[in-house]
Amino acid sequence: MHGIQKAFGPVKVLEGVDFELRPGEVHALMGENGAGKSTLMKVLTGVHKADAGDIKVDGQTVSIHSTTDAEKHGIAIIHQELNLIPHLSVTENLFLGRELSTLGVLHRRAMRKRAREWLAQVGMQSIDPDMPVARLSVGQQQMVEIAKALGQNARVLIMDEPTAALSERETDTLFALIRELRQKGTGIVYVSHRMEEIFVLCDRISVLRDGHFVGTRPIPGLSLDEVVQMMVGRSLEARFPTRDVTPGKVLLKVEHLGDKQVHDISFELRAGEVLGVAGLMGAGRTELARLLFGLDKASEGRVLLDDEPIHTRTPVQAIKAGLGFVTEDRKAQGLVLDLSLRENISLPRVPAHAGVIDRATEKRQTKGLIEQLKIRTRDMELPARALSGGNQQKVVLAKWLALKPRVLILDEPTRGVDVGGKAEIYQIINQLVASGVAILMISSELPEVLAMSDRILVMHEGRASALLDAATATQETVMLAATGGH
Amino acid sequence: MTSRFSFGNGAALLQRLGSVIGLLLLIIALSVLSPDFLNAGNLLTVLRQVSINALIAFGMTFVILAGGIDLSVGAILAFTGAITAGVMAAGHGMALAIGVGLGLGLLLGVINGVLVSWGRVAPFIATLGTMTLLRGLTLSYTQGQPIGVSNSSFALLGDGYIAHLIPNPVVWMFLVFVICAFLLRGTVFGRHVFALGGNEEAARLSGVRINAMKLGVYGLSGLLSAFAGIVLTSRLYSAQATAGSGYELDAIAAVVLGGTSLAGGRGWLFGTLVGALLIGFLNNGLNLLGVSSFYQQVVKGAVILIAVLLDRRK
Repeated sequence: MHGIQKAFGPVKVLEGVDFELRPGEVHALMGENGAGKSTLMKVLTGVHKADAGDIKVDGQTVSIHSTTDAEKHGIAIIHQELNLIPHLSVTENLFLGRELSTLGVLHRRAMRKRAREWLAQVGMQSIDPDMPVARLSVGQQQMVEIAKALGQNARVLIMDEPTAALSERETDTLFALIRELRQKGTGIVYVSHRMEEIFVLCDRISVLRDGHFVGTRPIPGLSLDEVVQMMVGRSLEARFPTRDVTPGKVLLKVEHLGDKQVHDISFELRAGEVLGVAGLMGAGRTELARLLFGLDKASEGRVLLDDEPIHTRTPVQAIKAGLGFVTEDRKAQGLVLDLSLRENISLPRVPAHAGVIDRATEKRQTKGLIEQLKIRTRDMELPARALSGGNQQKVVLAKWLALKPRVLILDEPTRGVDVGGKAEIYQIINQLVASGVAILMISSELPEVLAMSDRILVMHEGRASALLDAATATQETVMLAATGGH
Repeated sequence: MTSRFSFGNGAALLQRLGSVIGLLLLIIALSVLSPDFLNAGNLLTVLRQVSINALIAFGMTFVILAGGIDLSVGAILAFTGAITAGVMAAGHGMALAIGVGLGLGLLLGVINGVLVSWGRVAPFIATLGTMTLLRGLTLSYTQGQPIGVSNSSFALLGDGYIAHLIPNPVVWMFLVFVICAFLLRGTVFGRHVFALGGNEEAARLSGVRINAMKLGVYGLSGLLSAFAGIVLTSRLYSAQATAGSGYELDAIAAVVLGGTSLAGGRGWLFGTLVGALLIGFLNNGLNLLGVSSFYQQVVKGAVILIAVLLDRRK
């Protein structure tokens, strides 16, 4: 791809971007949210048409106007949000839109046979091709997507944040497959925010910044700081800002809490403390948060705030008790995307007298939070949909800060947020802690858990497998506890 | 939104004004085509005809904005109208009759809300059920015969005029519009309606009382349907068992024509008023132009489809 330009109305999204992919390489594409990565990939797959520039496949200039064109040239994309139909079988999904048929009558047996072959290519021969996709894990579904792309003879495979929803083990399987595909000569574009993965997996890296092409570099010999500098145009002092707060008295006490998925969880959380919660996908971390916040009903144990038992059987009660919950999926659970920033931020408690909204107070409060959290927006009346991922996450945080919670639960607070945005969110966490808020932070990013927490609760199969002091814990000790070893 | 009737940005404004522009174009076209159209008498007649549908559609707007649908509005109108007339026919006063009618409408709406929230029945099915059930109850209560009303002060409700000019139902329509618009834009209840329809899960996690909200919106829809039923009974001096047949569809059409999303979370009440007026003027215009009632339905259906298609293109 050479000299790609694209503008939406007056907004230039891509300005002269060059991108080159060799057969048999894994090429990382990085950049902060809004840098133009997705747009570039959409141009490549025919979703958007470039205003200028050309695309060459095997040295031949090609025109790609639709996803069908892209397919014809062997270009396939695997989106972050998987594109499978849950209630259709694996085979039906694999052949969706390209069913083998004669006069509209399906060749079921032939398709099933072909499906088995494709699944075997991605090491999934054990999967029954008649099984509905909904019964597969997210990792398996991803493999099905890859099998589908390979079935279309894809030579260029674009993966957008493929590990966002995968467990450690599933990630390993995925990486093994990617390396195998590389061996076979497939070119892979790997879009991810996870630095660690890029260094482990990729051969070269290209960085975009504000729609401009910054450069392409080979990964060997490149340092993390250099990559960060390419992305943000400046070196970040430290990825994790330091904090100098001594935790105060015990605020929240959880005793033998449990339900169907979580068992016998006990811990204390102090004012001005961050308790990290680590564990593999499915270890029960989010379930624990849901239990504390009254989204699921506890069948055993109790929760005390200031040594007084509290009953949080609904979110309404949890909020009243002084809890806040920043969920992991901001689009599905955190925001009402069509409502404005202001309306989202004030949603948990709209300033009102006798049910009549006090608009002046609401605006003042929103303005204060936008400034406090450095939310970048020109107008508090814009719908939440219009913001970037990092700014959306700050809106979710602002929503809870407006309530001045005493205990704030953060579930994957920096997922899908770019490097600059992450640092800002860490700053906010530190400010909160300094003001005496107790924070329970669930995170799958080990460096984040280790750097941001005072103590770390590690979960394994619904139980607390370790409670570590963050100062002495290492990635290895956390992983050991997370996998059930001691 | 910076104030109750202003909008986030220009594009959204333009999109919303589509229905208003459509209404103005229709009025201009009818004024040119028919000499009888543009005079106060005819316009007020149209407004009076529109008022019943508009009252129902206002309630429907809340339900649809909250992500639901209410098919039982026409049946609630007929049932509460019959009961109101029945209470007066049994020799009771007008105040009691109206109170019973409105209370019953609210109760029936709340029952819809209970089915949808705690019962977890899909709104379409729940209200289809209550609609059918109430139609049957109305027929058995009235034995298929109209129940006449002789109370002359009750008749003023739907058949009287203010200043010998503006029909009372039109006054009710604007009064209810103002109250509902305030409820939607100026109160926490209204804000929660948008949040519920926009993203139920996010609303729940933010501490919005989801089930109570559903009782509220369906209750409001039932209440306004009952009010429309009382006004209609008053205007006709009798309650008909089959009154309000198909009104649910007219109300939904008005809401959608006004630019409110059937998926919930996006829309405005003023659009619903415009949508109801569009339907009313269209009916009136086609009558004046002598188009047969068969073709009127064809035109109405086509207009709804075109309007929604245009809305999608933006």
